[in-house]
Amino acid sequence: MLTMSEPHFRQPLLKTPFHERSRALSQVDSFVPWSGYTTVDVFTTVEQEYFAIRNATSVYDLTPMVKYRIAGPDALRFLNRLMTRDLRKLAPGKVAYSVWCDDSGHLIDDGTVFCLAANEYRLCTGERQLDWLCASSIGFDVEIAEVTEEVAALAVQGPTSCALLRALGLDGVERLKPFELGQFELATLPIMVSRTGFTGDLGYELWMRTADAERVWDALMEAGRSRGVRPIGSRALNIARIEAGFLLPNLDFVSASHTLRIGSERSPLELGLGWLVDFGKGHFTGRRALLREQQRGPERLLVGLDIEGNKAAHNALLYADRAGRTQVGSVTSAAWSPTTKRNLALAMVDAPHFATGATVWAEIYLNRELVWQRRMARARIVERPFYAPPRRRATPPADF
Amino acid sequence: MNATAPERYDAIVVGAGHNGLVAACYLARAGLGVLVLERNAYIGGAAVSRKLYDGFTYSNCSYVCSLLRTEIIRGLDLPHYGLQIIPYEGGCTLMRNGEHLALYDNHDATRREISRHSRRDAESYDRFVRDMLRHCRFIKPLLLREPPDPTSFKPRDIKELLWLGRHFHQLGEARMYDTLRFWTQSCADLLDEYFESEIVKAHMAGSSIIGTALGPRSPGTAYVLLHHYMGSIDGAVGAWGFARGGMGAVTQALAASFAASGGTLRSSAPVEEILVRGGRATGVRLAGGEEIRAGVVVSNLDVRRTFLETVAPQHLPPEFLAQVRRFKIRGSSGKLNIALDGLPHFPAIPQGSPCTRGDMHVTDTIDMLERAYDDWKEGRWSRAPYIDMLIPSQIDPTMAPNGKHYMSVFVQYCPYKLADGEWTAAKRQAFGDTVIDTIAQHSPDFKDLILHAEVRTPHDIEAEVGLTEGNIFQGELTFDQLLFNRPIPGYAQYRAPLHGMYMCGASTHPGGGVMGAPGANAAGAILRDLRLAQRLTA
Repeated sequence: MLTMSEPHFRQPLLKTPFHERSRALSQVDSFVPWSGYTTVDVFTTVEQEYFAIRNATSVYDLTPMVKYRIAGPDALRFLNRLMTRDLRKLAPGKVAYSVWCDDSGHLIDDGTVFCLAANEYRLCTGERQLDWLCASSIGFDVEIAEVTEEVAALAVQGPTSCALLRALGLDGVERLKPFELGQFELATLPIMVSRTGFTGDLGYELWMRTADAERVWDALMEAGRSRGVRPIGSRALNIARIEAGFLLPNLDFVSASHTLRIGSERSPLELGLGWLVDFGKGHFTGRRALLREQQRGPERLLVGLDIEGNKAAHNALLYADRAGRTQVGSVTSAAWSPTTKRNLALAMVDAPHFATGATVWAEIYLNRELVWQRRMARARIVERPFYAPPRRRATPPADF
Repeated sequence: MNATAPERYDAIVVGAGHNGLVAACYLARAGLGVLVLERNAYIGGAAVSRKLYDGFTYSNCSYVCSLLRTEIIRGLDLPHYGLQIIPYEGGCTLMRNGEHLALYDNHDATRREISRHSRRDAESYDRFVRDMLRHCRFIKPLLLREPPDPTSFKPRDIKELLWLGRHFHQLGEARMYDTLRFWTQSCADLLDEYFESEIVKAHMAGSSIIGTALGPRSPGTAYVLLHHYMGSIDGAVGAWGFARGGMGAVTQALAASFAASGGTLRSSAPVEEILVRGGRATGVRLAGGEEIRAGVVVSNLDVRRTFLETVAPQHLPPEFLAQVRRFKIRGSSGKLNIALDGLPHFPAIPQGSPCTRGDMHVTDTIDMLERAYDDWKEGRWSRAPYIDMLIPSQIDPTMAPNGKHYMSVFVQYCPYKLADGEWTAAKRQAFGDTVIDTIAQHSPDFKDLILHAEVRTPHDIEAEVGLTEGNIFQGELTFDQLLFNRPIPGYAQYRAPLHGMYMCGASTHPGGGVMGAPGANAAGAILRDLRLAQRLTA
């Protein structure tokens, strides 16, 4: 596998199977490392790419997501012990978003579990997990293999995405409900489609053999020409995912596998992911600690902020008072939202200041033609997601 | 060498090693009249750059830099006086089967490289580094502090103990257990908690036995590994680098900083005796008979040499003397400095890999490392020694003529006392040949490139540098000789059992490795005793 590319000391980052296609369409040569791969940050402009997500169809290369095949007689028992959700309810053909924790109830990562067949799963995560998965699998009859380099993946997201896939001959894709998956053929290529995504909009994720990647890409671009298809980079996606209220590791939380400082770990309860924790399903790693935390109440909470003004509150410190005397948290992700026309942020806020509807003050630095000014902006704590169009759930989706 | 220097000084520092010079710098900056006396014609102790072969500069003792505290580098303006430290670009272990394991300064390259040997280890490596950094975060604040005496009721000790207790407690339950286990664990046991691949373990284990008369399976070696991790370069914790111009650049910068603070330095001035009157150190007598007086005498020599050879025993408490005699300072390391006519070829390393621009090793299993230690126990140098081999001239253009290369080879294990009698020139030659043969097994053209080789046994290091048995850390870094037990229980706060006399060498907390912390801490203790603590500049 590794011998296919340049030696790693000469070229530490791998290229995804879509790299040549991406490079050809990249107008601004803006690439960033992601999970060991070089990936596109911006193709043309962030704004154009963002509106492909909310107005037409966007295509995003998510091959660097780390993928594991987890199979064997104990696969379900293993995953159910590992994760906070009850996966016994996850039938073949279904997908679940879940998190997993260490013994102290601190979040290790989040990810999606695809149930391909009974006791056969694919786990898709942001960070590499082989060490933790293997350590957790002692006593379970389960095989765990990383398949990141064997499976190429594209996110096809936006209001016209379903129509585009149907135009490619993926009959029945319109019947997929959110968090369902199906096996299809694109021309003659086998392709797995899941109705999942990171945009909070109508959208699908396409999973294919690496060897088929360029042909699938070409087919999408060809069929999508009349439906406003556009490849997008990570910057545009980041705005959409903030609108959707989704979390990114290393921005909104640091995995307990990486923290050096005590107190910088996060629990799912603190991240507002309590709905993923099923205390009734039987034992799972971190359960006791999370139960204690639930009884105690979290010390801090990840919340959504609606901030006055239009300057995104990147890295802003948050205060209880306008004078900035008492710090109560900080912003983890921020963006001006072109769709909701609001100044949005995700923020970690200390108890007891995190109640929905409460006001905190964000310290924002404004660059006025190189004259820096400090502004205390009123920020209201609001429910997430900030944007949730009905089309994200409509089945079948509208045709175009 | 100042001819008009006054005959009386506030403080005399015996030995111009890096710690002696660090202490001298801080004392001089605090306004004291300070004299540093060096036995050799050159200064620097074990941090020297020597020109022993035409056009080449050898870091002929210590050879790389990481642990030198940033606070000292900045506090004493060492960059202003010429000190530059340039990080490694990688590192590798050459394997007997013709393969290799490399580490790079790029995280993704390292992950992909380790995953050639074990995919899981490539990820465990991150966990390993994380835990090392966690231990470093715990230990770092202890380095530039005088270790508190747990038996003392002095307000300062109680305050420091409370601080230490709080610091420890902040770790939380799980990490407190880990920390306690860690300090006494063997390196092999530690590595087993992370890695499945032999080569990965062997590569990591090297720094657990450098300078140490223990094997990777000996309890206490996990700490030695950490000791080599707690330095940093420009914020990169654990990174090692080359001092531009060789390790002498460290002591030359210190000497220049010292001179700028008005200090006096005399080389070729061996101290024969530290003079004592009425339980108080009053000065020193040089080999020629010259006596120099000072209110404070600071010894940069190791604790054995200081109290067994430089102070008359009748001035010292017998129990203290007995403990000094028992202080573990065993010779276990040798060193080769080699001038090469060109860059040797290592067929196991792929063309263009920067992993030779860092530390190179040839020990590919923990067992092989343990066997090397077995030889030491038997009183002979390792037949398959562990080597820490670097070619600094690849990065530092000042070390060798263009196109030629200087190679530094640190060798573990090499005993101070041989089972078959005294060291002789022939045995030194045979020891050097063992090392050269070991390298030649991995580099076919290596022997042909050798222009000159300096071979140093523990005996040579003792004779030239003055380190007892040639022990590079001025005493083993085992838990029984660390913190408030270093060097001697009850005497861990840099003060000798004589008024006005202090220790500042690596025999004291926090130990060796060209850290400078013992020197800085000793200066702090002296200034506190003189009620001049407010003048301490760092």
